[in-house]
Amino acid sequence: MYKDVIIPDVDEFKHEGGEHEYIDDLEQLSEEDRQQMILAGIDVKEEQRSGTYIQEDQSVVHCKAKQEGVEVMDVRTALEKHEWLKDYMWSGVNPEADEYTKKAYEKPHYGYFIRVLPGVKTTYPVQACLYLETDNLSQNVHNIIIAEEDSELHIITGCATKPHLQSGLHIGISEFFVKKGAKLSFTMIHNWAEGVYVRPRSVAMVEEDGLFVNNYISLRNVKSLQMYPTTHLNGPNAIARYNSILVAPEGSHMDVGGRVILKREGCRAEIVARTLSTGGKIIARGHLVGEVPGIKAHLECKGLILGDGLIHAIPELEGKAPDLEMSHEAAVGRIGQEEIEYLMARGLSEDEATSVIVRGFLNVDIKGLPEQLQREIDRAIEQGEGKFF
Amino acid sequence: MLEIVDLKVEVEGKIILEHIDLEVPEGKTYILFGPNGSGKTSLLRTIMGFSGYNVVEGKIYFKGKDITDLPINERARMGIGMSFQHPPAIDGIKVKDLLKICGAKDEEIPELARKVNFEHFLDRDVNVGFSGGEIKRSEILQLMAQQPDLLLIDEPESGVDLENIPLIGRVLNFLLKGINGNGKKYCLREEREARKRSGLIITHTGYILDYVDADLATVLFHGRIACSGNPRELLKGISEHGYEECVKCIRM
Ligand SMILES: Nc1ncnc2c1ncn2[C@@H]1O[C@H](COP(=O)(O)OP(=O)(O)OP(=O)(O)O)[C@@H](O)[C@H]1O
Ligand SMILES: [Mg+2]
Repeated sequence: MYKDVIIPDVDEFKHEGGEHEYIDDLEQLSEEDRQQMILAGIDVKEEQRSGTYIQEDQSVVHCKAKQEGVEVMDVRTALEKHEWLKDYMWSGVNPEADEYTKKAYEKPHYGYFIRVLPGVKTTYPVQACLYLETDNLSQNVHNIIIAEEDSELHIITGCATKPHLQSGLHIGISEFFVKKGAKLSFTMIHNWAEGVYVRPRSVAMVEEDGLFVNNYISLRNVKSLQMYPTTHLNGPNAIARYNSILVAPEGSHMDVGGRVILKREGCRAEIVARTLSTGGKIIARGHLVGEVPGIKAHLECKGLILGDGLIHAIPELEGKAPDLEMSHEAAVGRIGQEEIEYLMARGLSEDEATSVIVRGFLNVDIKGLPEQLQREIDRAIEQGEGKFF
Repeated sequence: MLEIVDLKVEVEGKIILEHIDLEVPEGKTYILFGPNGSGKTSLLRTIMGFSGYNVVEGKIYFKGKDITDLPINERARMGIGMSFQHPPAIDGIKVKDLLKICGAKDEEIPELARKVNFEHFLDRDVNVGFSGGEIKRSEILQLMAQQPDLLLIDEPESGVDLENIPLIGRVLNFLLKGINGNGKKYCLREEREARKRSGLIITHTGYILDYVDADLATVLFHGRIACSGNPRELLKGISEHGYEECVKCIRM
């Protein structure tokens, strides 16, 4: 299934070592680490955040919750505190799914636990950062995110590496639980490095009237990224929305998609992907499964190729009942000459026109996202932009 | 302002314009008539410098400079502005962003937009889902931001409803006269003095003649200039006898 993507051998990486000391204040971070984290959307002053979790390599270096009713812990501490949590662990993801998942099961290195209590709404997003510092190391995390009934939780996670990191592997198991009437938005900004292999494995369970918004932004080089987050809409009227913005520079391989399974009446799903290849290879998948009548689902995948890139869009719709509404829209191509010349007639040079069109292409307005997070995404795009050409 | 000398243009291996000689002096507005497919839009696009319109013979001069081989943006910067008949849609770029690209300042955008009833479209993506009449207004608005010295206008009134035709007509008139149209009354002499801009306007209906002072009309027929003359007289001749007859009559 993932044959087009470089497959790293998990055992080539170290699964021990890479320990770092806990810090009480993010001001204690080194300047270069701080800059890398800021680029990945982390607010190092923590003023506009309801909580923070920072993990460097295999160590938790900072962790706190700043709002009543919000829990932020490393997953080991959380397991000690909450007897019931063991029933959530591995309830969505199968440890045997592949060798990476298996490694994370056998050799886990923490990961975060973020939970909001019933009825609680986060004033600010909770932030998490998974940071790779040591060469040739594998970081195997397991994250659990729970939005209890009628709660509202916004999370921004930034993943980044120390500058000039040669090689590394990140395995991230994430299990999301969106309870009845809860809203969860998860915005992931990845700033990996040229030699890094990335294997997120996530599954979300959404109950009645729940909303899960999953945003994924990756604008930098990455050796090989492969993921297929799956959402199960288990309760009536549950909603899932995926938005991804991916840029693959030369040398990057990405096999990215999303799957939503709509299991009850009134469920809705939308997958929107904007992919840009400036020389790299992108496989953009999307899979919607409608199991009952009356569901609605739409998949939109647009790809833009600049230079000698490759984009392979694979949208799939699977309807298993009558009276359902499922559709997709896929388009891959270069920027139209007509569009470039239109902007040139307004005074822009060809390069400027191209850059404006690319920015527009990547500019997805994400419904239900706090303005602050939308700004974070816009900023990431703006900063990445100079590097697209 | 604009001088076209013995122009011959090829598109996809086909000659679509031939023996075109046309001079639009400073401060003058010319009208282009011609049946569908006669080459009117192609002429404007060639003047603007669009790819695909290959000049195989002849020259185009603007403000005394040979621009035949200049890129589009340099022509725009020299002061040529064009409104498009079928502009492309651009996802993710808002009308107000485009107006800034055209040269409008942030603070003047709402006021400019109000003049063409377009203030509710500033946050829409450029041309995405615009109706025919909305496209016209959006194109004129961009030119208002651009303030070019030579206006190339492709069918400003087609597809525009009866209420918006006077509006577009008046705004175009202001544009041609280099007046911002902020409600201030100008006396005739002032108007004449302000008028340094030139225009080349394509129209089928001639409604636009009620709003702008056109100095001359030229008829394109099968890629050639068939005749020139007084805009209203030519329009009358064409509407009474049709292009075929009209062109024949003048040739005799
Ligand atoms: N890009 C192109 N590719 C192929 N043919 C073209 C292209 N542009 C113009 N033509 C052809 O050139 C001829 C002139 O077209 P043009 O659009 O200039 O006509 P027009 O006078 O503006 O017509 P209308 O009144 O319908 O707008 C037509 O036969 C048209 O099909
Ligand atoms: Mg035309």
